[in-house]
Amino acid sequence: MAASTETGSAQASARAEGETLVVSLAGTWRITAPRPSWTEVLAQRSPRRVRLAVDAAGSWDSSLVLFLFEARQWCRATGAQADIEGLPEKLRTLLAQMAASHETSLPRDRSENFFQVVGLATLDAGLKLRAIFRFVGECVIALVQLVKKPHKFRWADCLDEMQQCGAMALPIVSLISFLVGVTLAYTGALVLRQYGGDIYVADLIGLAMVREMGAMMTGVVLAGRTGAAFAATIGNMKANEEIDALETLGIPAVNFLVLPRLLALGVMMPLLALYANALGILGGMAVAKSVLEISPTAYWVEMLTIVSLGDVTVGAIKAVAFGLIVGLSGCLCGLQAERSAAGVGRAATSAVVTAILFIIVADALFAVAFNVIGL
Amino acid sequence: MNAPSPDSKDKPAAVEAAGLECGYDGVAVLKNISFAVRPGEVFFIIGGSGCGKSTLLRNLIGIQTPMAGAVTFSGRSFTQATVEARRDLLKTFGVLYQSGALWTSLTLRQNVALPLEEYTALSKREIEELATLKLAQVGLGGFEDYYPSEISGGMKKRAGLARALALDPAILFLDEPSAGLDPITSRKLDDLVLQIRDLFGTTLVVVSHELASIFAIADRVILLDRAEKGIVAEGPPRELAERSRDPRVIEFLHRGDRPGAAALP
Repeated sequence: MAASTETGSAQASARAEGETLVVSLAGTWRITAPRPSWTEVLAQRSPRRVRLAVDAAGSWDSSLVLFLFEARQWCRATGAQADIEGLPEKLRTLLAQMAASHETSLPRDRSENFFQVVGLATLDAGLKLRAIFRFVGECVIALVQLVKKPHKFRWADCLDEMQQCGAMALPIVSLISFLVGVTLAYTGALVLRQYGGDIYVADLIGLAMVREMGAMMTGVVLAGRTGAAFAATIGNMKANEEIDALETLGIPAVNFLVLPRLLALGVMMPLLALYANALGILGGMAVAKSVLEISPTAYWVEMLTIVSLGDVTVGAIKAVAFGLIVGLSGCLCGLQAERSAAGVGRAATSAVVTAILFIIVADALFAVAFNVIGL
Repeated sequence: MNAPSPDSKDKPAAVEAAGLECGYDGVAVLKNISFAVRPGEVFFIIGGSGCGKSTLLRNLIGIQTPMAGAVTFSGRSFTQATVEARRDLLKTFGVLYQSGALWTSLTLRQNVALPLEEYTALSKREIEELATLKLAQVGLGGFEDYYPSEISGGMKKRAGLARALALDPAILFLDEPSAGLDPITSRKLDDLVLQIRDLFGTTLVVVSHELASIFAIADRVILLDRAEKGIVAEGPPRELAERSRDPRVIEFLHRGDRPGAAALP
């Protein structure tokens, strides 16, 4: 009884000689092309012996090795004898390699039990908290050194960062702030109109922008724009061993990389927040004029009745704090990044998430604190 | 894959570059590059830093488009190929990049399995078996489930080689395989390259400036020169070293022979 299977140009034919199944393999066996399967060639027969032979004129690659390995595995499972003496030496070598790799390959156990996971996560959280305190401490020390030796500070880097995180951020801050003002005006108008208090939309927008939204929205924008950039840049520098080079020269990375960025953000953030306030108020004014028919002068005068210099100060204080949060989280995540492309990506993501989280937490704390001191 | 007979000169060249001009932003770094690599040959592209070795390799493997000239693989044009033909040709060669270029989010087995998943109809189990075999062939048996970040530089190169071998390519391009490796690991990698050639009959095109590797495994070399912007010598490395009178060849291939070097402790 003979059977033949041909798939593409790979051919396998089998014929029974007593209790021996003689399998002849011919044609071109390519891993990227279809090939006959051992089950098809076997065709539900149960030989006691399988003799495998390859046509010398054909050509083959790992595709044939896989087929032969499948045949040998079947022989081993059923107790049939596999005769591979007719195979070329190279093929036998590869088959032996495959059998050996099959035997030695054991899946690596990466599973961890629940308590292990919780324990490691707790330890990790503790270490991270410690790293934050340590980093903030290092920044304070670096700041003290800056005051003592201002000529040693990298002013050029700081100015460059100011341009990057300040002037270059103006377009996006403008757009976001203006639209926040517009949105607030529309939302406020919905309620205030019912009571005939359209004019108070100026108070609402003025107070909301100056005390909260100006600093908050600028902080969020800079967390995504500047914080991520800090983390990616510093993370990449770490991957390229640039940070190691600094350390071996005795130059702390905090002094060289972190402080110029922190200072730049600390200075630019309140300025950007003031600018955002102005744009937000302008957005509200545009809606007030076009929808509520309130003149800009009336809007401005009404707004000044409630917005004081104290409110502007509150917004500016928050902006400085948010700027430092963005800078600290961006630089810290960059310095803690793993030395790989994926690590740099994770550091940038982590910087944005951490900054936004801490901005919101800080805003809540500010609200409580300013309430207590009556600001 | 059947190993080719040594007398494979009558077959079309495994890789052929004809009048290749390579460069960046319209400025040619290499001009009029022509050579042919015979099937089963270990062919080295050598030269000093900045002479355009890696640029030539990038043009050969299609990462960069040549400014002029053509590249053919086994008589089939690569530079002029249609999208389908190009995809077909991509299956015929593997590349080992300088750093290994392993995908960091995948284990070594998954790295090797990816080309098999993309280009074959093999079952998941077969792909895993084959990936395991390829890793074992480069001496990484037992490391299948490790991530690239968990292994050394030399192991990364070997894993990159296993991935390049995944589809049993007829041609293998190796970019600075010994760079950054210690002499022992580097020699082992050279041995591995020869094993691959002998076992699979693979044609190997190696970009390197490691003299030890060049003399150990190269059948033939082309020497690129930065000032010349082209090939200044071609032939078996020992023959070039012994017979060439070209000062550029002598300078490159004899740079280890510093007078008095042997007297040093």
